Amino acid sequence: MASKIKVKVKLEGDLAEVKSLMLHPMETGARKDPDTGQKIPAHHITDLTFLNNGEPVMVVRCSTAVAKDPYFSFSFGGAKAGDTLTVQWVDNLGQSDSLETVLS
Amino acid sequence: MHIGRRLFLKGTVALATLLTLPRALLAAVWPASAFGATDASNAMKELFGTDQTTDSGEITLGAPEIAENGAVVPISIKTSLKNVESVSIVVEKNPRPLAISFEIPPGTRPNVACRIKMGETSPVMAVVKTPEGLFSASKDVKVTIGGCGG
Repeated sequence: MASKIKVKVKLEGDLAEVKSLMLHPMETGARKDPDTGQKIPAHHITDLTFLNNGEPVMVVRCSTAVAKDPYFSFSFGGAKAGDTLTVQWVDNLGQSDSLETVLS
Repeated sequence: MHIGRRLFLKGTVALATLLTLPRALLAAVWPASAFGATDASNAMKELFGTDQTTDSGEITLGAPEIAENGAVVPISIKTSLKNVESVSIVVEKNPRPLAISFEIPPGTRPNVACRIKMGETSPVMAVVKTPEGLFSASKDVKVTIGGCGG
């Protein structure tokens, strides 16, 4: 299945500026289904990790208060063309997704 | 059950990657009690061991004055404080105030942006953790349509 993660990296010298968007409902667990009136169970990313060549460059712990289809941006140093950036997340239902991209 | 070679290989690679994470990160768990806390003070005590922070002019908190849509509120946090370990966002009036926490490895800039949900008008506080302690900056964000869905 294709990844639902998009990532863009801009390399300036050894600084990598990362922008990432991932599709995820991020349900809070408080919302009611308009048809059934039942609460839609919480379903949200809990841990998101960005690794450069296997070394963590950012770890994000998310609650249900992170907006749907989370967007994140940050920068890290010590990067160079040819590095492999891995983005991976797990959610509260045990689902996960990951994406690798080579910096250029 | 036939899971297919592709899925199996992908799972193996994912597992291999996860297993190469440094011990400290693998061992660190999602801070459930902090995220589950229903007031800001308890959320901070659960996450940091204290709810006391020092106001800092070295933290730049970007947040809209008025968030038309509480379901998507863009927040940016930048700081010139040194050796930042984590940057967290606490939304005082949210049903569960601790919204997110960025754990910052050395070499990564303490400069993050994300989008959060806000249930109603509330102060939004950026909490920056360094070896010197906890520092914070806060902004009031007005919300016209709440985004928590409850």
